[in-house]
Formats: sequence, C-alpha cells, structure tokens
Amino acid sequence: MAFLKKSMGAAKKSKMTDTNLLLTITIVVFVAMYLAAVLFLGEGFLKPQAFFNMLNQNAALIIVSCGMTLVMITGGIDISVGGVVALVSMSCAVHLDHNGGSILEAVLLALGIGLAFGLIQGFLVAYLEIQPFIVTLAGMFFARGMTTIVNATQFNVAHEGFVKLKDTRIIMPEIFGTLNKHGKFIPAYIEIGVVVAILVVVILFCVLRWSKTGRKFYAVGDNNQSALMLGINVKRTKFTAHVICGLLAGIGGFVYFLHVGSGSPSHASGMEMNAIAASIIGGTMLSGGVGNIVGALFGVLSLSTIKDIVSSMGFDEAWWTGITVAAMLCIFLIIQSIVTARKSSSVAKSDG
Amino acid sequence: MTTADTKKKNKPNVSELFGKIFKRQIFIPIAAVLVLLLFNLIVDPGFFSIELTRNSAGNPVLSGNLITILNNGSELAILVLGMTLVTAASGGQDISVGATIAIAGSIILRIVCGTDAKADSASFGIVLVAFLVACVASMAFGAFNGALVSIFKIQPMVATLILFTAGRSIAAWINNNQLPTVSDPSFGYIGGFIPGIPIPTPFIITVICIVLMALLLKFTNLGLYSQAVGINESSSKLNGINPIFIKFLTFVILGLCTAVCGLIKVSRVSGITYSVIAQDIEMDAILAVALGGNALGGGKFNMAASIIGAYIIQILTTTLYAYKIESTALSAYKAIVVIVLVIVSAPAVRNKTKAFFAKLKAKAAAERKEVA
Repeated sequence: MAFLKKSMGAAKKSKMTDTNLLLTITIVVFVAMYLAAVLFLGEGFLKPQAFFNMLNQNAALIIVSCGMTLVMITGGIDISVGGVVALVSMSCAVHLDHNGGSILEAVLLALGIGLAFGLIQGFLVAYLEIQPFIVTLAGMFFARGMTTIVNATQFNVAHEGFVKLKDTRIIMPEIFGTLNKHGKFIPAYIEIGVVVAILVVVILFCVLRWSKTGRKFYAVGDNNQSALMLGINVKRTKFTAHVICGLLAGIGGFVYFLHVGSGSPSHASGMEMNAIAASIIGGTMLSGGVGNIVGALFGVLSLSTIKDIVSSMGFDEAWWTGITVAAMLCIFLIIQSIVTARKSSSVAKSDG
Repeated sequence: MTTADTKKKNKPNVSELFGKIFKRQIFIPIAAVLVLLLFNLIVDPGFFSIELTRNSAGNPVLSGNLITILNNGSELAILVLGMTLVTAASGGQDISVGATIAIAGSIILRIVCGTDAKADSASFGIVLVAFLVACVASMAFGAFNGALVSIFKIQPMVATLILFTAGRSIAAWINNNQLPTVSDPSFGYIGGFIPGIPIPTPFIITVICIVLMALLLKFTNLGLYSQAVGINESSSKLNGINPIFIKFLTFVILGLCTAVCGLIKVSRVSGITYSVIAQDIEMDAILAVALGGNALGGGKFNMAASIIGAYIIQILTTTLYAYKIESTALSAYKAIVVIVLVIVSAPAVRNKTKAFFAKLKAKAAAERKEVA
C-alpha cells in the first residue's frame, strides 16, 4: 500500500510519472473488479481462500511475468519463457521419476536450463544486436522441441520427497480461515511457490526502484543513445536483463512443476502471451522505459480475476475467457496510448 | 600456365562480382535454399524425384518432395506478402494471423455448412460467397488491428496480441463450437488437385497472389510509401504521405491474405479444428520475413526475398520430415537452423567478418610486398 500512497501523493503534485500513473490505474481497476465480483457474485469471492487460490494457481506466471516486465522495460521482449517453463518441468519430471534424482538436483537443473537460455539469448540480443523477437522466437521453438525430445508424453511424478513437497501447505493466520457446512474450521493456505513468487517480486521491486543497476534498465529502455552518453554500458544492461529473465523462467518452471506435479509437452502453452498481457495490463510499455514489477503482479491477478468472474457468471464456454481477456487487454492498451498522447502533448506545450 | 594466367586475369572481376552478390539482400536467402537443397542432394538424391501418379480419385497428380514443398509452403508464401508490407510500414509484426485464419476458415465453413455443421454438397457459388464474406471479415479484423496501430499508436505486436488471444475463441463461437465437415469432394479441390491439372491448386493460388502483389507494387506507390513510412514517419508525413492511412492499408491487405490462407486451410482437410488450424503460422511468417533479410524494425523490404524465406522454412520442414523426425520435435531443429542463419546475417557479425577478411587481405598484400 505504501507505493499506492506514494503514487497518490505524486498525483496531487501533478508530477506523476507514467510508471506510477499506469500502475495506479491497474491497481484501481483490480480492486474495483474484485469488489464488484464480491458485491454481485458474492460468496465465492468473499472467502480469503478464493484469493489465495488465485495466487496458488498463478505463482509461476507471476515469476515469469516479472522477468518479462524487466526485459520489456529495457525495450526488448522474451517469448521463449513458456517454452522454457515446459522444458524445465519436463526435465525435472524425467530427472526425478526416471533417473531417480534428488530434489536439489532438480532445482539446480531448473536454474541451469533457465540460465543457459538467458545467457545465450542475452548474448545474441545484446552483443550481436539481433532483434530480440527473432532470437527468443527461436528459443521458444528450441525449448518446445527439446521438451518433446526429452519425453513426448505426459506423466505424473511419483517421487516421494517431491510429492511431499508438492503437498506442503503453508497455513495462513486464523482470521483467514473459514467454517465449512458442518461448522468445521478450515484454515486458509498457500503453496510454497507463492512464497517464492512474492520473494521474487519484492527483491526485483527493490532492485528496480532503489539500486543503481535497477535504474539503468529504465535508462536503457527509455533511450539507448542518451543512456550510452550517460556512461551506461547499454549492451551489458540488456544482457543482464535477458539473463535475469531466463533465470526467472527457470525458477518459474520449477514452481509450475511444483504446482502441477507432472511433465507434459503441452504444459505452459501460451504462457509467454499471458506473461506479456499481464505485463501490459500492469502498466509496462513495450517501447521500453516504463514499467513496474508490482504492476506485473497486479496484471496477473487482474487476468485471473476476470477469468474467475467470467466462469462464475455462467459463461463456462472456453471462448468467453479468451474474448474477455482480449477485451481487457484492448482497454488497457487504449489507456496506455492515451497516456502517451497526453505526455507528448504536454511536452509540446512546455516546449511552446 | 594458361590456366594460371586466366585465373590471375579473372581474379579481380570474380571477387568484385562476389562482393556485389554478397551485398545483395537476396543473397543470404538464396544461398540458404541452395545449401539446403545441396544437403539433400548429397544425402539422398531421391529427394528430388518427381513422379506423375494417380490419386485416390484417379486423377493425375504430381508427387515428390519438391511438389510437397511447393504445395505446403503456399499458405506461408501468401501470408508473407502481407506480412512484409506490414513489417515495412509499421516496424512491427502481426501475430494474430493464425487466429484470423481460424476465423476466416470458420466463417467459410459456417456459410457452406449452415447450422447443421455438415454439408454433403458444396456448389461453386456458395463457396465463392463464403470466401467473399470471409475476405470482408478478415479485412475488417485487419482494419481493427490497423486502427489500433495507426490511430492509437500501439506497437503492432501488442495490438495484435488482442486478436491473438481472442481469435480462436471467436472462431469457435462462430460455429457454436461444433466441428463442421464438408463431405463434397469438390470442396477439397482448392486445397488439393483440380481433376485434370496435376499441379497442386494451392500453388496455383500462390502464383496468382504473387503476381497480383507484384502488379500492385509495380503500378502503385504502395511499396515506396510503406518503406518511406517505415523509415521515418514524420518526414514521410512532411512529404505528403499519410502514414496513418498507409499503415492501415497494409494491415487490411494482410487481412485479405489471411482469408485466402483460411480458404486453402479448410479445404485441405474439409473441416476445421479451432486450436490446431494454422498453429504457429504467425511465428513462421515472421521468421520468413526475417530470413528474407528484411529489417524487422521497418523500412526497406524485398518481397522476393521474403517469399524465398517462406520456402526456406518449408524446405527445412520437408527435409526434416523426409528424415523421419517427429513433427513435435521439428521445432528444435528449426530453431537451430534459424539461429545459425540469423547469426550469419547479423550486421555485427557481417562487419566483423568483413573486417577480418580485409585484415587478411592487407596481411597477404604486405607479405607479397616483402617477398618482392
């Protein structure tokens, strides 16, 4: 809430940056949407567990979206993340189940795969100056192809330690719990993945907001040339962004794996587009220089809320979800475009 | 003695010629095609055999890997025509083409089949009407994308993300999530063979589309204008070009291309599967444009290079299939080839290699001097 207040305060001084304005819009829309859902659809949304389930289901997407946001702030894009998540979960599943490996090895494997993708793609994008879209497109193809080469069919992991870890629930304080029909107390819980996701969000948020390295990402994304003139190593900054994004895709892959507990070539299909959509809804601009990690978190939550609303309103058919998500994306894009137009017109005014 | 003399004489000319060819944008795509074909020639000359056989209906058809490439590459080749223009004018790509193809296909089947989701006969007239309606709808969707990009100034990839997410859902919605099928064999002619003509129909349609596009570029200023808008929007505006209209127009043209692709796609299988039809074709189309050496950031383009780029992807696919690689694993190999091609054609790498060769030349010249 602190940053919300901060951005509100900034609004009063009418010196609000694009980042904060877009973030405020996102948070307001999310809160309004959730309140509306509670008011009109009632019951289901009122339970704290409904909210925690949203986090449980989307922990991996939150982590991946953070990486995507970071790359988008530097003006790039990474569409390989969905493929990397699928590859990581398949590799970990095979390692645990067929090779009888340990969980620690699986975690290292996940990090290694993510890091490898990040390093190679980052090098190609930053130092060989190839368009990020093409590089990460090839990365996506490669990851998806490799997933089926590793194992072509879906299977559940029966590794003992892993199943235990997968079923670990972190019980929330008593006030969030509810009584079921028989008057029995059911505590609210979150999964381990959510803790990881929140850690990632907090760390990245602090780095981007207060550290020198973090500010470099914004500078590079906003204007390559002036960042260069300020003495920022543009190439290395872009490289770092891609490496972090790859690493987060690896972490996200493991969290995803922890949530679903199986390996499948069709896992995480379309995740890259969901991550991009979440980042955009969270106020990140694809042109670079504008964006916020907390926005990515709220972007994911907004996406998930609208999906829940649509399905609980009785529009069960799958196509309604697609259409509403798209409509929401459309509205946010138009808001962004208006913000940009407002900014350029105010610049023109101050120039005149 | 004589051969050495001629060699010496020809040497500067040859290197000059090579330098000129190397600089041409179309060099890398053509070289890639030749390398791929050469690879096939060395490993299995049978790859190039073309036979005249009879299909199940008893009509003469050409078959062979080369024909498969020309046949299956049709949709991609048609799509790149529009995608190249969009890339040049707006400096971004349309990632909703696959979804729009699904919509176009769904509309065609809806009109041909009606509400029963089944049609035993499909007359030429009704298919034509269906196709025209699909064209209008696809152009409308193209106009939607175009309006977002040109008027609201949203980056093309993001703007088309909307239809990318919604497109297949809309396609399913049009047919009420049924899977219509057409059992009339004449409906399959468009995606197969017309009786009596051994050339695959999609290839004929592709040639027609390419010729139409060539005429459009030859007799209108569209090509020049879209390049101008892509290179510098504000200066093209100062020169009297309306950048908004040009961008809008390129998206509408791309919409038309997707309608043609949709017709071919549904005709191939005489039906539709919403989640599978034209899957990942947007990625292939963007790759084709990039492989053609066109800048994905907009500006100059070379249509022929793009079309060759599309066929590179198809040759690669067919080659890999010929070596019994599973379709699901295909993308990994595709990615490796793409990365190699992109690295070779990257400006940074090209400049470094050029500098390296220049250094080598200078060294050789210095050594020669020393010897002399």
